[in-house]
Amino acid sequence: MDASAAKLIGAGLAAISMGTAGIGIGIIFGNYVAGAMRNPGAAGAVFGRVILGFALTEATALFALVLALIILFVF
Amino acid sequence: MAAAGGHSPMEQFAIKRIAEIKIGGLDLSLTNSALWMIAVAIFSTAFLVYAMRQRAMVPGRLQSAAEMLYEFIAGLLKETVGTAGRPYFPLVFTLFVFILFCNLFGMLPYSFTVTSHIAITFALALMVFVIVTILGFVKHGLHFLHFFVPAGVPGPMLLLVVPLEVLSYFIRPISLSVRLFANMTAGHTMLKVFGGFVVAMGVFGVLPLIVIIALTGLEVLIACLQAYVFTVLTCLYLNDAIHMEH
Repeated sequence: MDASAAKLIGAGLAAISMGTAGIGIGIIFGNYVAGAMRNPGAAGAVFGRVILGFALTEATALFALVLALIILFVF
Repeated sequence: MAAAGGHSPMEQFAIKRIAEIKIGGLDLSLTNSALWMIAVAIFSTAFLVYAMRQRAMVPGRLQSAAEMLYEFIAGLLKETVGTAGRPYFPLVFTLFVFILFCNLFGMLPYSFTVTSHIAITFALALMVFVIVTILGFVKHGLHFLHFFVPAGVPGPMLLLVVPLEVLSYFIRPISLSVRLFANMTAGHTMLKVFGGFVVAMGVFGVLPLIVIIALTGLEVLIACLQAYVFTVLTCLYLNDAIHMEH
């Protein structure tokens, strides 16, 4: 297998892991909505942490993207 | 990643020299990145100075905006670090304002996104990491090394836990910088790619145009969010250094 084919396969594999980060983001907001429906008064207070959690999970997805781009364009 | 017409979506991240300045063999030219950073610095300073010039007890709209910005970060710092974090407010506020306006200025047409370069974001993240580490050693001396040894961990597990703790500590500047850089780069690349679709699809280019409108809104949100996340994590790392609870 020559290098360019291996690069494409490697980038594809790295990009798959971004799907699991999408699941994580869904979990965060799903739990937030479920909690907000039980206790609407507390929803505003915790929203800041929801956004922080979303950004950190999104970051993991973007680490995978950066890895895929490094595999594709640097090697 | 070449779109129609031979323009690559990555061209927007190219650093261009605007004014040649060579001092003794060092290339200190003014680049587009430096120019936009100067614009951010001038704008944020001018905004805050101008908005607060009245110093009215009951603030008008502009003063209210500046005060809300201040209160937001002051409240955040107080919530994460407590009153011991007060001396570090200038650092945290400057970081937030700089990253926020760098990100937002990148949304202007034909502008350059300063924070889309790993060099810039890594410089910021490394600065935060070094400051926090030095602060930890200044405040606690060598006892700061106990930060890597969580309480209540049985002896043999320490062999596994301590290297992991050290690794996760040194990953901080990398994750901090890559998070900001990747968000900005990915967002702007997506906008450019869809822009290429609009041009390439002729009449049906309305559909990618609608996507671009939605994406631009998302990008503005992400710009503010990433500034907030960088600042929150800086406050959390400061809290780790000042109050060493694990």
